[in-house]
Amino acid sequence: MAERSFRREQPNRPATAPKRPQARGSGNHVIEFRGVSKVYEGGDVGLDQATFAIERGEFVFLVGHTGSGKSTIMRLLIKEADASAGSVRVAGRDLSEIPRKRVPYYRRNIGVVWQDFKLLPNRTVYDNVAYALQVTGRSRREIRQKVPDILRLTGLATKLHNYPDQLSGGEQQRVSIARAFVNHPPLLLCDEPTGNLDPETSIGIMQLLYRINRTGTTVLVATHDHAMVDKMRRRVIELAEGRVVRDEAAGLYTRDETTREFAARMRGAVADPALDPAARGTRHVRERGRTGSN
Amino acid sequence: MRLGFFLREAMRSLRRNAMPSFAAMATVLVTMLVLGVFIPIVQATTGAANEVRSRLLLDVYMKTDASAADVSRVRARLANETPHVKKVEFVSKKEAYAQERKRNPEAYQLLGTNPLPDTFRVTPDKASNINQLKSSLDPGGRPVDPAIDTVRNRRDETNKILSATRVVKLTTAMLAALLITASILLISNTIRLSLYARRREVEVMKLVGATDWFIRWPFVIEGVVVGALGGLLAILLLAVGKIALIDPLAADFALIAAPDTVNFGVLIAVLMGLAVTLSAAGSGISLRRFLRV
Repeated sequence: MAERSFRREQPNRPATAPKRPQARGSGNHVIEFRGVSKVYEGGDVGLDQATFAIERGEFVFLVGHTGSGKSTIMRLLIKEADASAGSVRVAGRDLSEIPRKRVPYYRRNIGVVWQDFKLLPNRTVYDNVAYALQVTGRSRREIRQKVPDILRLTGLATKLHNYPDQLSGGEQQRVSIARAFVNHPPLLLCDEPTGNLDPETSIGIMQLLYRINRTGTTVLVATHDHAMVDKMRRRVIELAEGRVVRDEAAGLYTRDETTREFAARMRGAVADPALDPAARGTRHVRERGRTGSN
Repeated sequence: MRLGFFLREAMRSLRRNAMPSFAAMATVLVTMLVLGVFIPIVQATTGAANEVRSRLLLDVYMKTDASAADVSRVRARLANETPHVKKVEFVSKKEAYAQERKRNPEAYQLLGTNPLPDTFRVTPDKASNINQLKSSLDPGGRPVDPAIDTVRNRRDETNKILSATRVVKLTTAMLAALLITASILLISNTIRLSLYARRREVEVMKLVGATDWFIRWPFVIEGVVVGALGGLLAILLLAVGKIALIDPLAADFALIAAPDTVNFGVLIAVLMGLAVTLSAAGSGISLRRFLRV
């Protein structure tokens, strides 16, 4: 079963270096889009001949303004929609081969974080995270062990019994990340995770995603927060009108750094872009984004 | 362990969605109440109609000079060879005379002799077969046995009773069908509304990787609980109504010869079963729309 082999690939190593994106061995792609198009009912083009691949352990940004196809890629990856043409492969398996009945089992291997959090309003923080485990049929004992752990990791240890509407936006997003990651999926998808948050909170969220990435999880973040992308200095795939217009590897700055170094750089990078030779490439993105959105 | 989880989930959502659950329960309660009143009424009406029909008889008059052998031959013929016969009752000359004299003593005093023939009162197996029975006994106005004088029913009245009771039965059947359709629509609509309010919740569950049945079971259990509560309350109200209103009335007036209606226990069981299955199936099926994520 592809699901199971997918799970086995999940690296359980501690904070070692994430894999560099140089290896192009086709067997190693976590995500592979090959000539993927998506035309919605009514003729809107969501994606037009998109081709790219993402290696295991990578941290990749998907940028582009509204309507450029970021959300379409996310929806294809969780099989909420099917590609009109081309093939989408996740962990080597073509998604079009997964029958409808198996989709829930496929989704359990992917953590997803949304801009609007999508928490269950009638459940406490604890129960929201526990639900992702209950779905997979884990025992109560296991749930009682894992949930507090992951909530501690995401900094919510004191909010266990609050309901989502009693939390700030940043806290809610942390809950949704905890829920996405509690199964330790090998792939984490984030659709505008900081779209509703202020810059300082956003840095906290990014720091959390980076920490998750360092456990070996592949992270794909769709965003139009260019300042964030510039500071993160990870691989960037840019989309415009459904096409991949730029795929820039991380290059120099994927130097392995600790979460703390990372956070310090994130907070300080705005102050001294000149000191940072790597910022040059990504500034290009910022300019494009500005002209596009205005 | 699974069952426990689903039960807890159902109870949680009942607690957290108290208002919609209450509305669904009230709907079940009202429809079951109406059904509970209506089912005995339908039964009483059709029972009454059937009772009227069962009084339809065919009189077979023997010739006044018929011998005992003739009588027993005709009796055997009626009992064994004629189709659609349910019951044959023999009224002899003497019995007929005694009956009539009791009813009108003076006239029979004057008469002196007994002019009445031996008579068979034939009950058809089904009221609607009475005309067929008659024509099989005297095809074309000529009786099948020489000892039979005439075969008679009061034709006009018979036909009126037949058509009138048929209309009554049809009307009640149609009313019952309408009522049941209305109940189903009402219950399923209420359920759909309360589910619609929770469609986002269902969507999130699906995106987290829950299978359809994992999401559906708590909803079905919720439907069972809501249906059972509504049914129970309706039955309680019905019982109170029966004890407080119908029973004393029936005792005092011997209510229209107490037509045969369903036993209260059976009625309760039917209502309860209906309430639970309707609301459980309603929740389970209505959910399908929202599971397509």
